[in-house]
Amino acid sequence: MNWVGRSLRRFEDPALLRGEGRFTADTTSGALVVRFLRSPIANGRIVSLRPPAEMPPGAVFVSATEMAGTATIKPMLHRFAYRAVEQPVLPGDRVHFVGQAIAAIAAATAELAEDLVEAIEVEYEVEPAVVGLDAALLPDAAPVHGAAPGNVAVEGVLRSPDCETVFAAAPHVVELAILSRRQNATPMEARAGCAQYDRATGRIRLTASVQMPHMLRTGIAELLGMAESDLQVVAPDVGGGFGQKMALFPEYAVLVWLARRHRGAFAWIEDRNENLIASAHSRDQRHVLRGAFDADGTLLGLEAEILANVGAFSAYPTTCGVEPLMAFAEYPGPYKVQAYSARARGVLTHTCPMAPYRGVSRPVITFGLERLMDQAAKAIGIDPVAIRRRNLVDSFPYQTATGLTLDDASYVETLDDAVALLDIPAFRARQAAARTEGRFIGLGLAVFNERTGYGTPAFAARGMGIVPGYEVVDIAMTPGGEIELRIGASPHGQGLRTTLAQIVADRLGVSPDVIRVIHGDTDRTPYGWGSFASRATVISGGACRTAADKLAVRLRAAAATVLQAKAEEITLRDGQAVAASGSSVALAALAKQVHQRSDLFDDFNLAETAAYDPGGTFSNACHAAIVEVDAETGLVRIERYLVVEDAGRIINPLIADGQVRGGVAQGIANALFEEIVYAEDGNILTGTLADYTPPTCAEIPTIEIHHRETISPATLTGAKGLGEGGSIGAPAAIANAISDALAPFGIEITEIPATPPRIRALIRAAEAAR
Amino acid sequence: MSRHRTTFTVNGQTQCVEIEARRTLAETLRENCGLTGTHVGCEHGVCGACTVLVDDAPMRSCLIFGVQVDGAAIRTIEGLAAADGTLNALQQAFQDHHGLQCGFCTPGFLMLATWMLERPQKITEASLREVMSSNLCRCTGYQGILDAVRAAARRLGRWDDAGAISTPA
Repeated sequence: MNWVGRSLRRFEDPALLRGEGRFTADTTSGALVVRFLRSPIANGRIVSLRPPAEMPPGAVFVSATEMAGTATIKPMLHRFAYRAVEQPVLPGDRVHFVGQAIAAIAAATAELAEDLVEAIEVEYEVEPAVVGLDAALLPDAAPVHGAAPGNVAVEGVLRSPDCETVFAAAPHVVELAILSRRQNATPMEARAGCAQYDRATGRIRLTASVQMPHMLRTGIAELLGMAESDLQVVAPDVGGGFGQKMALFPEYAVLVWLARRHRGAFAWIEDRNENLIASAHSRDQRHVLRGAFDADGTLLGLEAEILANVGAFSAYPTTCGVEPLMAFAEYPGPYKVQAYSARARGVLTHTCPMAPYRGVSRPVITFGLERLMDQAAKAIGIDPVAIRRRNLVDSFPYQTATGLTLDDASYVETLDDAVALLDIPAFRARQAAARTEGRFIGLGLAVFNERTGYGTPAFAARGMGIVPGYEVVDIAMTPGGEIELRIGASPHGQGLRTTLAQIVADRLGVSPDVIRVIHGDTDRTPYGWGSFASRATVISGGACRTAADKLAVRLRAAAATVLQAKAEEITLRDGQAVAASGSSVALAALAKQVHQRSDLFDDFNLAETAAYDPGGTFSNACHAAIVEVDAETGLVRIERYLVVEDAGRIINPLIADGQVRGGVAQGIANALFEEIVYAEDGNILTGTLADYTPPTCAEIPTIEIHHRETISPATLTGAKGLGEGGSIGAPAAIANAISDALAPFGIEITEIPATPPRIRALIRAAEAAR
Repeated sequence: MSRHRTTFTVNGQTQCVEIEARRTLAETLRENCGLTGTHVGCEHGVCGACTVLVDDAPMRSCLIFGVQVDGAAIRTIEGLAAADGTLNALQQAFQDHHGLQCGFCTPGFLMLATWMLERPQKITEASLREVMSSNLCRCTGYQGILDAVRAAARRLGRWDDAGAISTPA
């Protein structure tokens, strides 16, 4: 029985469907409720800060004064001219963005805590805020932090020696400036934490909605100067993360500090407004891209000038380099181009700090590169499909200009599949007919690759002070015959309990339902880095596979004793160890014997540990969108959305398709709907979901998914990661489709989200220019 | 702040609570009744995660106060499965069609769909998209949710094929 490749129903689902899941907010019984005072100004001095004049018994006030001695959050990069910016857990003298936590109140009820926060006496001296990229980069701009004069916190520069020559000689040079506005990852469960002091042991358990529980434990212990062993971090059911829940946030350190100091339980359940303004933002990048092309459309050279507005601080542990440096390293994508020059800068402003969000910089670079391909095709007078086919990497392994190795993939094949499915000639006829009726439909393509499943080498190359990447899995068979997998990865909706069970079931010849995956608890799992960067199935899955194989060796040895056979002649299948002679023993019976009659065996241990730290692989996909743009209103309707994706071996097709669809929906949101808007003074104008407008099922179309499975030798299971891919291709495909639809106006979409007002402005400008 | 005695039923069981007038129904259910299956996603009536049925009508429990449901019959996600935990047809369809990932928005979608399945009108493709667009999901891209409600409606004889615009395979 092969379990890998089957759409096994998720083990996670029944409890969640009965309302019996356990999210952080469900674990706060008996805890004091914590609410934060947040800065209403973007930049300025805290002149005075005093607790409410009247504090009811039992209520607690905490600010920088009470927390004196706490270290600052200071993630490091040792490359790329990184300027280390220090973030106080609670600021004593200055605030740096609207929403920054300044102080907290803990009280018996949420209502009381909120009343008391309003009664905190605080006075600010407002100073001018630096909000946008242009303002931050002015020669006389005031520095957001003294440590980073000029407001550039990180800068990567790569000059390919032949780039200038290539551009000077190229028949066609196409230049493009793109802008991807600021987003918030918006998990449906906002951040949440509950720190509980255990008087019997003196330990603290922090239950929190996070993606990296082990890293959070290390980080908080360092900030507070406490023994790491005295802190347990538990990530229970986590209501989505998408990157936002990776960072070490000050609020969690405050909760642990409160629990320690006051020997009690303290819970903070973030509200949506806090999440939108003060958790972490993403995107907000502006690129200028130049492509040098031969007369036949061959891409000869690429130049990228990358600016990322990284906000007021640097997220721990990824640092504010994560966005600009990823764009820098991966811009050439799936295309053959060796002459590549780039400069990427992370720019500090008085805005909410940035953290990685699904796809990180790849949705932006794919938007840039795929817009460049379409514009170049137009300039040269060739077909958008032809220009891509001409330039896509088609023999592997391929060494990129930035030193990455592209492993086996299907860049050309996924494009060809999509083209065949779309029937482009028929579409062009329909498009022409529609235009005669004053209707504007368009088709857009996006081909991209996505670096997934990368271990420590990739992070070390960035010069990160903290280098994540490996995963460890402990496996054990209980005396009852169940298999327990303890993993360092930390799922938050991906269905990893099911997927990993499928991988292990095949290696041990058991049914997945005897496998229990234990995760999200630093007391019960080996140190690991959590779930992010499309890594868990590849890295934790690879470690699970190795761990299972090591356990299989032990089971065969034990069975050899029972069956009086040679270990190498024993196979594990259908929950049995079967000898060549046909005699067999149930694994459950074997496990009981090994544990309870160890005197009969050479070894009594049915536990193993395995680690995996791969170099990484590349998934790929071609996305295609057909849209109709209402020229009167600027509204975009998606008529068809198609994905041809290749993430190597698919462990569970049901779950894989769900990841792709969810990603595409977020990519569509990026392309058309969502934007965090700051006013000039640094206040946020989009503090509710009614302003931020995540799309509903009325806006997200049915998404067709087609698969290819290029089995990569770069991973143990043959699987490549696919958690982020959906969100990477959609902005480019949609922007290309809108530009194609509005070609009669000569409109090129270079700014997303392409909201109705923006599209109407482009149409008005085009009509005025006629 | 003064407290008000409020009595209502939740999933058929009588609840009598003493609550401040400003306490929302969502908080009342979670904090006073211990029913944490109802989730609060935005507290401003946009996401719909907190949707419950009040006298059989879907309502955002973050937008009504606990004191407003005095005398009402409330239904929440905890009342959907059989006593032994067996999933009902709608819940099972959500599992079969991967209508959830993180599961945080799921209670709201289940209660909204329960209302659609119970009301006199059969469900059409158009009404499905219209009603389900009341709520937000961040994980699934909605397709699994819509597929699940379609499947449950068919199984329960509540699907109107005549009203179907498009039905994905």
